[in-house]
Parts: sequence; C-alpha cells; structure tokens
Amino acid sequence: MTKVAKQNLKDKLAYDETFSCVQCGYCLPACPTYQTMGKESHSPRGRINLVKLAAEGKIPLSRLEEPIDLCLGCRACEPACPTNVQYGKILESAKVVLFEEKKEERKGVSARAEDFLFNHIFPYPSRLNKIGSSMFFYQLTGMKKALHATKLINVLPERLSKFDKITPKPAGPFQRRREHHLLPKNQPVLKVGFFPGCIMDTVFRDINNMSMKLLQAAGCEVEIVDQQTCCGALHSHRGDRQTAKELAKQNIEAFEREDFAYIVNSIGGCGAMLSEYHHLFEDDMEWYERAKAFASKTKDISYVLSQLELPFKKDVQLTVTYQPSCHMTNVQKLTDEPLALLKSIPGITFIPMEKPNKCCGSAGIYNLVHYDESMDILDEKMKDVNQVSVDGIVTTNPGCHLQMKLGVEREGKSDQIKVYHLVELLGEACGL
Amino acid sequence: MIELLNGFLKELSHAIDNRKVLTKEEDRYCYSYDASFGQYLPDVVIQPTETEEVATLVKLANKYGVPIYPRGQGTSLSGGPLPVEGGAVIDCSQWNQKLEIYPEDMIAVVSPGVLTSSIDQKANQYGLMYAPDPSSSNVSTIGGNLAENSGGPRGLKYGVTKDYVIGLEVVTPEGDIIKTGGRTVKNVTGYDLTKLIVGSEGTLGIITEAILRLIPKPQATETLMATFHDIVDSGKAISTILQTGIVPAKMEMMDQASIRAVEDYQPLGLPTDVEAILLIELDGHQVAIKEEIEKVRVTCEEMGAKEVKVAKSKEEALELWKARKLVSPAIVKIKPTKISEDATVPRSQIPAMFERLKEIREKYHLHLVVFGHAGDGNLHPNIIADIRDHEEMERVEQAVEEIFHAAVELGGTLSGEHGIGTMKSPFMEMELGEVGLEMMKRIKESWDPNHIMNPGKIFPSPGQRLVLRND
Repeated sequence: MTKVAKQNLKDKLAYDETFSCVQCGYCLPACPTYQTMGKESHSPRGRINLVKLAAEGKIPLSRLEEPIDLCLGCRACEPACPTNVQYGKILESAKVVLFEEKKEERKGVSARAEDFLFNHIFPYPSRLNKIGSSMFFYQLTGMKKALHATKLINVLPERLSKFDKITPKPAGPFQRRREHHLLPKNQPVLKVGFFPGCIMDTVFRDINNMSMKLLQAAGCEVEIVDQQTCCGALHSHRGDRQTAKELAKQNIEAFEREDFAYIVNSIGGCGAMLSEYHHLFEDDMEWYERAKAFASKTKDISYVLSQLELPFKKDVQLTVTYQPSCHMTNVQKLTDEPLALLKSIPGITFIPMEKPNKCCGSAGIYNLVHYDESMDILDEKMKDVNQVSVDGIVTTNPGCHLQMKLGVEREGKSDQIKVYHLVELLGEACGL
Repeated sequence: MIELLNGFLKELSHAIDNRKVLTKEEDRYCYSYDASFGQYLPDVVIQPTETEEVATLVKLANKYGVPIYPRGQGTSLSGGPLPVEGGAVIDCSQWNQKLEIYPEDMIAVVSPGVLTSSIDQKANQYGLMYAPDPSSSNVSTIGGNLAENSGGPRGLKYGVTKDYVIGLEVVTPEGDIIKTGGRTVKNVTGYDLTKLIVGSEGTLGIITEAILRLIPKPQATETLMATFHDIVDSGKAISTILQTGIVPAKMEMMDQASIRAVEDYQPLGLPTDVEAILLIELDGHQVAIKEEIEKVRVTCEEMGAKEVKVAKSKEEALELWKARKLVSPAIVKIKPTKISEDATVPRSQIPAMFERLKEIREKYHLHLVVFGHAGDGNLHPNIIADIRDHEEMERVEQAVEEIFHAAVELGGTLSGEHGIGTMKSPFMEMELGEVGLEMMKRIKESWDPNHIMNPGKIFPSPGQRLVLRND
C-alpha cells in the first residue's frame, strides 16, 4: 500500500456503497463471468465484498486486481439487485485506485505504448481516422503488451488476426468525406447534435453516416460539432478518471455551443458513458450541473427515431434476433425502443433468443485483453443464438457487433448469419 | 493445526483436480460469508462435482480433523454455510450437471448445485411443477434448500421442501456414501433418514443427489389485493377465508411501515393510511377459482376491508404483486442493514404477534417492518438498521431476542424457514427444552463422531449470545 495511503482508501473506494449490498446473491445468475468462471471472486457479490475488505485494510489491494480486471463491466447485476447497489460506482472506484497504485510501474516502454494510444489517439478522431481500422487493431497490440508484458505476447498476433478478419476494411479518403451539417427537406422538427465516437467512426463509419441520414429523413437537422472528442469510456473503465474527466469537459463544452434538443449517438457503450458524465464530477458542483444537462440530452438514436416517423419504402425480408448492448440495457436503461423500431421494419421477422441480456463478452476491449475468458462467454452466448433459426443478428454497439461476428465465424456460420447494426436495417428499409 | 491442514491439502491435491481447490486469499474471502451476519475465513474452498470426490475429501477431513462446511450459493439467512471454525468450504454450486425429469414417475432427479427455479421450469415443460418456492429460488441451489428445509410463499397450500423429497444420496460425516428413501411416494422401510437429513443444515452429511416429487401444474391463477384500516381485521380475514374451505396458493401481507416505505421509494398509489395490505393468489381450475376468488372478495369485505381489487389480467396481477416485490429495495433505502427474521406463530396468534411486534418496535426505537407469508403464520419482521452504528445494533440484538421469546410464548417457533445456523442457536433450549435439545445432540454425535461436519451450527456453545455486529 504505497501510493494510495491507507486512510484514504475508504474515501477513494466507494466504501459506503458497499454497505448497500445485503449479500443476498441475486446478482449471481445475472453475472456472465460467474457463470463461465464458476468462482465467487468473479461475481458482483464477491467483488463488492473484496472492495469493502480492501477499503478496511483487511486485504491488500493486489488481491482486488484479478477479480476487478476480469469484470466485464456489463452491469447486468444492477437490474438484478433488489437493493439497488451502485455496482458501477464500486467497480469504477476500484479501477481508479488500482490505476493510481500502478502508475509507478507504468513507466516502462510497453506501458508508454498503451498510454500513447489512450492519450494521443482516442481523443483525436482525425488521427484515428488516418490510422484506419486494421491499423487500429495493430495499435492495440502495443497496449496489450503493456497490460500483459509477459507470456501473452506469444499468442497476440493470432488473436489480432481473428479480429482483423472480421473487421470492415478501412474506408478510403473519398468515403471518409462527410457532410457535417444535414438539413431535412422540410422545416426541421428537431435540431440534434451527432456524436460519432472514435472507434465507431473508424471501424463502422458507414453506420454513423447512415445514422445521420436516418435522422435527416425523420425530419431532424443534424450537426457534428467541432472539437468533440472520445467519450472517455475506455479511459474510465481502465481507471484513468483524470483523462476521462478532461475528455468529458471537452465534449460538454463542444456541445454547449449549440442549442440541441438531443445529443444523439448510435453506440451503446459510448452512450452509457455520456449519460453518466455527471458521476465524474460529484466533487465539483459547477461541472456536475453542466455534465448533468449534457447527460440528460444524450440519447441513443433508437430513442430519438422512436419519437419520430421514418419513411419506410421497402421490405427487408430477414429473420433476425436481437443482441442488446449491455450498456444500453443496464446503464442507459433503454430496452423497449430499439426492439420496437426493429419490429416496425416492414418485412422483418423477429425471433427473440434466450437470455438476450447476457453479455456477449465484447465489453470494450475486454475481448482483446482477456481473449480466452471472453471467448468462453461468447460461446455461452452462441449456444443461445444457435437455438434460434435466423439469418441475421441485430446489435446497437460496435463492440457487440464485432464480437457477434466473431461468434458467427467461430461457429462456422458466416455464410448463413450476418450481423447488422439496427441502423443498417432501418436505412435499407428507408431506401437510404 | 497448521500441520494437519497442510497434510489435508497435500493429500487432497493428489485426490482432486486442482482446479477445484481454491486457496488464494481473494477466493477464500469470497466464501467467508452468506446472506446473514459474520465473516469467517476458510483455509480452502473445494468445488466438487462428483460424489466420489466428496467421499474422498470427507474421509481426508476426518483423518486430519479439518472441519468442513457444505455450501450452496450462499443465500442463507441464518449462517448455515459459514466456516466458523476455519477449515474447508465445500462449494456445491458448480455441481449442476444433472436435472432429469421422469414424467411417468412424477419425479425429478437432481445434483445438489441445480438452481431451485430450474427444476420448476424444467418440470413445467411436462405440465408438472416443483412446488417449494423460496424467494431466492432463482439463486439458491436445491442442495442448500434441502439442507435448510426452505419454505416460501406457496408453503401455505403446498407445504415446504421436506414434503417434496423422497430420496437422497448422502455422503455421511465419516465419508461413506448412503442412499435414503427412493423413487416412490410411499416408503416405510426403516427410519425416515431422508427427513432427518432434510433441514439438518449440513451437520449430518453432504447431499450429493436428490429425488424430488413433482405435482401437476395448476392451469390458472387469480390474484386479489385487499386493504385494511385495522391490522387485526386483516388477520381475521385470513382465518375466515381458510375456514370457508379455500386454500390460497399464497397469502402475503404488508404492514403500514412497509406500505409507506414502498410509496416513498416508488409511488404505486397504495393507500398509506391503512394498517395492512393482503395479497392473495388462488391457483387451480379456471372455473373453480373464478368462483372462489369471488368468495374471498366478499369475505374480505365482510371482515372490514377498505378496498378489494381483483386482477382482471396477468398484467394487473403482476402490478398488484409489484408492491410486495418492492418492499425489500424500499426498506433498505431507509438504512442499509436488513435483519430479516422468520419467527412463526400459529395462525390464530397472528394478531397477538402483531401486537407484540408493535411493542418491541416502540420499546427499542427501531425501524421494524412486517411483511411476509401471513397465511401460514410465517411473518417476516425485518429490522432496518446500520451495522456501523454499534449502539443501534445492540438494540437490534435485544429486539431480535425479544421477537424469539414472543414467538415461542405464543406457541410458535424460532424459525419457520431460514434455519437456526449460528444466529438462533442460543435460543434452541428455550423452544425445545433441555432434553429435547439433548436428543438432537445425541443424533449429531453418533453421526459425526469426529465433529467435522459443519461445526458451530444449530447447537449453542456454552454462554453463546446473539451477535449481529461484525467487529
């Protein structure tokens, strides 16, 4: 206990929140890692108790490392909890403390590669764009070296090649051009700001473009404001709260310059981060209020489109199932709207799978950092997918999108099952 | 002691797949608690998935004198799986491989780690049901339910876990494998060891397989909510309904404190000026229960109900049950620590028990709310406190003691469904008498001569008192 003074741990870790846990265990069946790993230290109840013990100085912080590291952060435990434990806060606090604790160790060469990516690439969409998607995954190699400096290196190229295969080819310079301001045919019904994200805009730029066109077709004036940046979710999830705060401030300022009814995104994970920006500023009233205003305007595209009318033009003859994004379900609490939109597409046949709310194991960059654990979780998910006879899986988040593609590939079903973002199907039905 | 433990671990490592043996500190801490009070660090956690493995490790535990504690998924409210004397926790939660339904025999054969609710779900596919429904059935394992003889809301009509177990496979405290009962409902061959094991809280052996009785699943349900200005009237309504020959599947009540907590937490439009709400569910044949629910409605009104609502659809029924479901999250908003008791009284004594609980609440100035399975006298007085407030927790301990006394004085029992474990053992003699408790002890001693099977449970150590504080 060197860097983080012992007496501060009760403040730095969300110690008070741990007392809301009555240890009933209702979270256990909801937790994907408890299911695949079979140990209570990889369950929400176990992790909460360990955080409490660490805060009380009864166990060293190092004992928290693996259990916290292997948590997906899917937060499926929160809706399952009968006493509303703020698991997200407890988890994030542990990540921040562990991140600070390890700062000293992070001075090595490989750590610098990871820090470079987080500090100099994600926050600058233009740089990320230049890198393109396959390069993006190559860049992650550096980060992985940092996280597991030893034995994992040997298997890395193999893992990355798996992701490379399923990642869309980067767009050429011509495709990268985009209008930053779209006006509808008639008087706009809403003026909305659009948040394209960083990885999403690199790997799935077409989906972002389609989102904007859909908003336009539904009667919105759509604008991508300058100076917006990475949402900071990946930083926050690795415990780097300082950078997450800086990015949040930059985004809040960027969107405050215009009067938008909504700030729209089509990225379940980023949307969750944006909708909880105020949690970053609980010790700073001024920024807390600004963040709260920003967060309340942040909406997933499915919410906004469900309030409007889409000009459907043709049938989409597909039988699909839906894999909701955990962060959309458990953090943004948006469940009915995307499903209603999906079902409203003419020609679509929807078949629900068992346990749709169970995480697919993507979880940000979890599937790269903890590949084997992630694949165990994905295999569980694919068992449920295999129970339904479909020719498409619909997602609402780029991470889930890639992971489900990988799942289909692993099952050898790439010829039979395609993976779509909801926006792609809506766009096709609208003839866009 | 350390040497014995090391010997145990060394031999264990040759006998059992090492992936099933957890020794890291963070893992051991994760099996140091359950849903009750107290934290005790085990020396090792073992996750068997075969009967032979259990037999081997129990034999080793005897050889080296290492205490062992069977554990399901740790939802116990009485401390059943707590490793109070150190040693090995036997985590059976990963042993969920067998769940077989035999519709012709109307039985299920299950391994101990199967979730209780999965048994019912699988039985439903054959038009059958597994009736016991503890509130934790989505989390709790059948092994844990059997060890604790769990109840649940449906207990009123269908009975509790012990009424549905007809056969067991058990590893005895000395490491032998025995089978009790069988696959038939009728079986009077010798002592009923099945019923002895069920509810023995893991002190007489480790259940490694169970044969459970299934019954036909009722086709339809009807739900009703009645509000009462006077809590005594609600008690009268309960006994009058039961005397008309109708046995509801569930009869749940909420007192004013729980109603107010729910309304503060998530307003549902419940009346906060009434003293009690009754929720009644009937199940059975559609036509029959249509008629019966009408009778129940009339009875409630005759007994002075302020308002009676019969759900017209499944959705409306869920809406009515929502109030009851919200009690737990609502009350912990007041303070975080929930002490959930399950003292049970004969049905006729429910009004008197309410009176006593009211006195206890006032005497100790505590947040005490009452809700639960009123139909079978299994009330759940819950005290809401803050474990960090030592002075308050002392008052809680005194209040809980007084609740136990009240229940026993009214002809009831310390525990309807949670079990004795560590928490209620100091009160055993009060209910059972000296000889009654002694006879139980004799059974324990003859089954477990080396005292290794879940020590520190059921029987009090000399001078033991109720302690709810962790430090």
